[in-house]
Amino acid sequence: MTQVTVKHMWKEYGGHVVLENVNLHVGDHEFVTIVGASGCGKTTFLRMLLGIEAPSRGEFLIDGRPLPGEPGPDRGIVFQRYSLFPHLTVLQNLLLGLELKDAPLTGRLFGAARRRALDKARTLLAAIGLEAAANKHPAQLSGGMQQRLSIAQSVIREPKILLLDEPFGALDPGITADMHELIIKLWNAHKMTIFMVTHDLKESFALGTRLLVFDKVRIDPQAPEAFGATITYNIPLKGQRSAS
Amino acid sequence: MRRLINRRPGRGGAFGLGLLPFILVISAYLYYSHQRLEANPGDKLLPAPASIGAAIHRYALEEDERTGDYLLWTDTRASLERLGMGLAISAAIGLGLGLAIGVVPYLRASAAPFVAAVSLVPPLAVLPILFIAVGLGELAKVTLIVVGVAPVIVRDLAMRTAELPTEQIIKAQTLGASTWQLVLRVVLPQSWPRLIDALRLSLGSAWLFLIAAEAIASTEGLGFRIFLVRRYLAMDVILPYVAWITLLALAMDRLLRLVRAKAFAWAEPGV
Ligand SMILES: Nc1ncnc2c1ncn2[C@@H]1O[C@H](COP(=O)(O)OP(=O)(O)O)[C@@H](O)[C@H]1O
Ligand SMILES: [Mg+2]
Repeated sequence: MTQVTVKHMWKEYGGHVVLENVNLHVGDHEFVTIVGASGCGKTTFLRMLLGIEAPSRGEFLIDGRPLPGEPGPDRGIVFQRYSLFPHLTVLQNLLLGLELKDAPLTGRLFGAARRRALDKARTLLAAIGLEAAANKHPAQLSGGMQQRLSIAQSVIREPKILLLDEPFGALDPGITADMHELIIKLWNAHKMTIFMVTHDLKESFALGTRLLVFDKVRIDPQAPEAFGATITYNIPLKGQRSAS
Repeated sequence: MRRLINRRPGRGGAFGLGLLPFILVISAYLYYSHQRLEANPGDKLLPAPASIGAAIHRYALEEDERTGDYLLWTDTRASLERLGMGLAISAAIGLGLGLAIGVVPYLRASAAPFVAAVSLVPPLAVLPILFIAVGLGELAKVTLIVVGVAPVIVRDLAMRTAELPTEQIIKAQTLGASTWQLVLRVVLPQSWPRLIDALRLSLGSAWLFLIAAEAIASTEGLGFRIFLVRRYLAMDVILPYVAWITLLALAMDRLLRLVRAKAFAWAEPGV
């Protein structure tokens, strides 16, 4: 069970108010899509969930507890780019999360433990359709393949929350349908809560069980940084939860 | 007529063009050597190819009367041992300290300014201190190379480490990596090719410090030999020794490049 609760939360950098008075409650196995103008604080919001930014005021709770001050395996992240490890092959990129989990000292698994981890990684590899590329390095993959791998890599440790920051923004429009199918499949299989920032309104309606619109309600033309954005619409959607 | 920047030599053309400066320099040497020797057969400044060949034969293929050694080879072995040791120690320090500074903010705060200061100490100015402190033996020569090379490698690796995309570092943490695991599985493996680059760039200065140390206090070594025979104006020995040192440096550079390309293919540009 994962609950995310935000109460009267503000985020400012110096005098620059980025987010103001954000209130939100997100329940278990939700797919939250986030849209809003560029620079309105969507990434900042994800960075807080990730634990690399702290709210300036108010409360930001995961399962009733304040945000941890650093990233951890319960919250996965998929960035737009650069989050694969260039020195590891596709399979090794997937395996890494499992190795880090069970081998605190060497960061590597051996023998039966390694075979079990490999099985799991290969299953996931098949799910994202990258078996043929198992031994390639990320630089040899297309953008779409890289993003598939990055998503699978983030899911392998079964985080409670998965954060996606415009994950398909840099991809050809032609392959986004595949990506949508993949993310819905993984979301239903692992039952995590997803927060996904997107600039594609259609995508946000199609995938989400809840759509958040970030926008400024107050604007001072003389001081554009005096007021921040907040959640102006919080719309429950049908979503694509599988029947099971 | 296409622009100059868009006109490229073919493969053979590029090879010929690359060879051209070498041919020009050698031809000029032969010409002036011939001129000088014509005017004065005893001239030592630009020895004829035959005397250079004789000197090479003497140093590389004949035993030295006094020591019974093949001088070129004992010199080469002595120099390469010092250089290899100096570079290996520098690489180890560079990797260890560089990664630590690059990864751990507390270490960066305390060690980075110090390393920056140390890297600005002129190594040759430290040489007398080394001779006083550790004597005239091998240790002083190896230490000089380390003093000159290690700080540069430390700074380079610290910088490259800090340049790793934050996305990668964050991603690793979301996969549960501890600081130790992060270094072991993410940072260190990506540092090897960078270490090789840093070593390649340091080769020039490493040779410089080696030859400086050998010139001052040594009984064998390529640098020692050059400065020894200088007393007799033996250009016929100095010139091939310089060419040999250059060739060794070039071979080391190529070897490092090859190792990087073979062992770290993922880090090659344009893969
Ligand atoms: N570390 C920071 N210091 C100062 N300002 C920041 C920092 N991070 C983000 N900002 C500012 O916060 C605002 C929101 O940024 P961001 O969350 O990236 O927007 P979005 O993702 O919605 O496009 C921007 O105006 C940006 O300049
Ligand atoms: Mg953003």
